[in-house]
Amino acid sequence: MKQGWWKLLAVVLLLAASIAALRVPLAPDLVHVTPDRIAPGPVELTITGYNTHFTDGSAVYLENTDQRVCPVEVVVKDETHITARFDVPMGLKDNLTDLGVGKLRYDGALFTEGLGEGVESGACGPGVQKLDLSGLAFVFPNRSILYESIRNLHFHVPMWFAMIALMGISLVFSIRTLASNSLDHDRAALSAMMIGLLFCALGLVTGALWARATWGAFWTNDVKLNGAAVTALIYLAYLVLRGSIPDAHKRARLAAIYNIFAFVLLVLFLFVLPRLNAIDSLHPGNGGNSGFGDLDMDNRLRTVFYPAVLGWILLGIWMFTLRNRAARITEQLER
Amino acid sequence: MRTKEVAYLLKLEMALDLRQRAAWGGMLLYVVSAVYVCFLAVKGGLGTATWNALYWIILLFAAFNALARSFQREDGGRQLYLYTLVHPRSVVLARSLYNAITMVVLSLLSLLFYVLFLGNDALAEADLVQFLLAVVLGAIGFAAVLTLVAAIAARAGNGLGLMAILGFPIVLPMLLAVMRASKLALDGVAFSVNSTYFGGLVLLDVITVTLAWLLFPYLWRD
Repeated sequence: MKQGWWKLLAVVLLLAASIAALRVPLAPDLVHVTPDRIAPGPVELTITGYNTHFTDGSAVYLENTDQRVCPVEVVVKDETHITARFDVPMGLKDNLTDLGVGKLRYDGALFTEGLGEGVESGACGPGVQKLDLSGLAFVFPNRSILYESIRNLHFHVPMWFAMIALMGISLVFSIRTLASNSLDHDRAALSAMMIGLLFCALGLVTGALWARATWGAFWTNDVKLNGAAVTALIYLAYLVLRGSIPDAHKRARLAAIYNIFAFVLLVLFLFVLPRLNAIDSLHPGNGGNSGFGDLDMDNRLRTVFYPAVLGWILLGIWMFTLRNRAARITEQLER
Repeated sequence: MRTKEVAYLLKLEMALDLRQRAAWGGMLLYVVSAVYVCFLAVKGGLGTATWNALYWIILLFAAFNALARSFQREDGGRQLYLYTLVHPRSVVLARSLYNAITMVVLSLLSLLFYVLFLGNDALAEADLVQFLLAVVLGAIGFAAVLTLVAAIAARAGNGLGLMAILGFPIVLPMLLAVMRASKLALDGVAFSVNSTYFGGLVLLDVITVTLAWLLFPYLWRD
């Protein structure tokens, strides 16, 4: 068991990270308000929250350029639904009004008519506040468009980390193949590549599902996605190349050369060219889109993310060693 | 000493190709046919983006076609003979250089035919110097990437088919960058905007040739 400690670590990390990724709730937020347009006069708003606790009696208020409007009557239906009646005054300044419930705010929730020079501010809300997660229990950020799919961060992204790690291992064994002409190194390079391809496939599937949920399509023309497609094509071509050479030593050498050549160009493609194309990407972290570092003020996502990455990489290495051993035994049996 | 070898091999390549004029004729005919097919298929005007894309697609396939044969000549005996005379790195450098020259000439000739058949409306606002720079850098890049791929495919004993499978994914980054650069040049943007792409292309070319130079000796030995 002494040598196997890292396998145990992989299992523990993966279990902890996966449970956290699936079980941790999203932060409370306001998701829906009807109607979305208000005019001066009486209006009844129906407010829907997500993971909220409306029954604790939070103050409901409208806010328009520092002027607050207090409700005439608030009916809390349950934890996630409130009906509030307002008497909207004439002369609010801005044509977008924010809605607040306690600490939660829905910016620009209501399109406002009947603008003017401003009104007297009511004293019902707690005033301007940024959403503060630090007092709450461990939660995921609640972002519009992403919502619950933010959990995929802990599955989709580690797949690519694990793939790159395994392709790196494959590269090292390819270099050693050229140096030593050993078929053992060639087998290891192939094994690492196969497991890497598996992670590539999983990354593509999780990414496609996520893209469908957030962008509306399984596949888009995007720098990152092109990079993923090229990666898959390169390594499938590697397998085709291997398949077309009958002589084992020649196969080992040619495959190693192609692997080294392709890996270097791939790294350029994945990590250098997207920086050049920075203007046109939908993917987080590219093209002016925020990465998760920007959404995640207090780094709590990272406490799940990094263990997940490490766990998947270790699992990948474990799978690689198993596949390599199985391949060696199969070869010995065939001999 | 090494440069002498490269120069000698380069001369040898040229002499051999001049002797086999059918090869060059074949390449040109391929390009002209491709352009003509596009002319027939695309009736009426093309937008700048499509004009640009079509040109690069024609050039990409022309490159595969032209460079696939660059290592086909070396059957067992001739390769062994060369191996005893010169360093393999000289061979790959000379071959890359020769392929680069071939591709530059071929891409400029294709451009000529392309403009002849499909019109030069797209060039109206273009920065011609930048566009030609993109064409030349792209041609050199295709040659740099596909030389080693052609060598691998030839050694695997499986010509054009394997070359397309191996070459397409690794030439794609180059293609995307060069298409972007030439599209920007056609739109007539300032050089400072486009210079990151040119820098990236030069970087890709240099890295590719270096890799080929490093790896080729392993490919050659049997």
